[in-house]
Amino acid sequence: MALNKPYLDVPGTTIFDAEQSRKGYWLNQFCMSLMKAENRASFKADERAYLDQWAMTEEQKQAVLARDLNRCIAAGGNIYFLAKIGATDGKSFQQMAGSMTGMTEEEYRDMMVHGGRSAEGNRYLGEDGDAQPQHQPQGSAGRKAGA
Amino acid sequence: MARITASVYTSHVPAIGAAIDLGKTDEPYWQPLFKGYEFSKQWLKANRPDVVFLVYNDHATAFSLEMIPTFAIGCAAQYQPADEGWGPRPVPTVVGHPDLAAHIAQSVIQDDFDLTIVNKMDVDHGLTVPLSLMCGQPPQSDFAWPCPVIPFAVNVVQYPVPSGRRCFELGKAIRKAVESYDEPLNVQIWGTGGMSHQLQGPRAGLINREFDNMFLDRLIADPAGLATLPHIDYVRDAGSEGIELVMWLIARGAMSDVPRGASADVAGGAPPTLRHRFYHVPASNTAVGHLILENN
Repeated sequence: MALNKPYLDVPGTTIFDAEQSRKGYWLNQFCMSLMKAENRASFKADERAYLDQWAMTEEQKQAVLARDLNRCIAAGGNIYFLAKIGATDGKSFQQMAGSMTGMTEEEYRDMMVHGGRSAEGNRYLGEDGDAQPQHQPQGSAGRKAGA
Repeated sequence: MARITASVYTSHVPAIGAAIDLGKTDEPYWQPLFKGYEFSKQWLKANRPDVVFLVYNDHATAFSLEMIPTFAIGCAAQYQPADEGWGPRPVPTVVGHPDLAAHIAQSVIQDDFDLTIVNKMDVDHGLTVPLSLMCGQPPQSDFAWPCPVIPFAVNVVQYPVPSGRRCFELGKAIRKAVESYDEPLNVQIWGTGGMSHQLQGPRAGLINREFDNMFLDRLIADPAGLATLPHIDYVRDAGSEGIELVMWLIARGAMSDVPRGASADVAGGAPPTLRHRFYHVPASNTAVGHLILENN
């Protein structure tokens, strides 16, 4: 019997379940290695060479090199693991989370200061909230894309 | 015998720890948040426990994908603040209470909750930020937390996480365990994490004041009902990381108005007194909620 996944119809959201975890095992374990200062230093010194020491897929490595967290998550990454890459880059959780929306850092911070993203229209795929696929990317990136 | 005297509930956002560590608590962005904890710090000084049983989640720090315990109880003598990638937080070593922890593990496991016993682990912001919020930054002259802490880690990172109901039932068993410990210790139980937040994907930044305040209301007055809320409701309404809120139900289940133990061997008593309630948006990506409930 397949895993029961009642959460696949939540827009803009990937639940880190056993399947994602299996897919992302080495990507996430690579991230764990960045909890040691000497590993952060050797990753920074030659990212590609460092990544090549791990049994990651080429797509996972490219997603990390591009710092594309949405791609990392699609490839099985989990945000608490991926946060170690952000920490290595000196980024905050807010910068990391914001980077997945298409908004600039300032746009995302403003949204949070003004009470955050509403759940309205963002609970089920097919509604019309700002996290729905038809409204990506958000912020000025989205305006440019639509222009 | 030992007794649980109060429960504390609070979010454990890493940016709050960074704001404390970097001396930013007076900045306009952070001021309203820390103001909400002024009362709490005074309250903790006046109601200093002998031990805090601190329910939190590890954020891929002590537990990688190699091992993912659903419930893990810290039985070590001490725990170091972890390097989560930014370097360790400049906060004191967390001193454990191995004897009480081992007693709770024995009682709760025999009450049919299969805990993982942990004798060595570092603790991340999930545990140290609540301590900072409630205790403030300890002075260099006496660089220690005010009391021993038993870390209790819950898996809320890889789905499936334990249900609200399971967490609430576990709280009842923890109370029974504490109350069967011979030494007359004053124990507080803290539930941490939440409130609404999502840290991933195009839906990142989700905040839901209505849900959060419903959760606070029901946690106070209808915790057994609240415990039946399914995971998917947390995900839709409070964001994928809002699921951390199930941990608050462990602390609430250990309060004395709830029938005690897995077999409810002691009936529930009077409802707790609400000593403090605070809610603030935002701290970084997250809605911050905070309650103090005292047993009667």
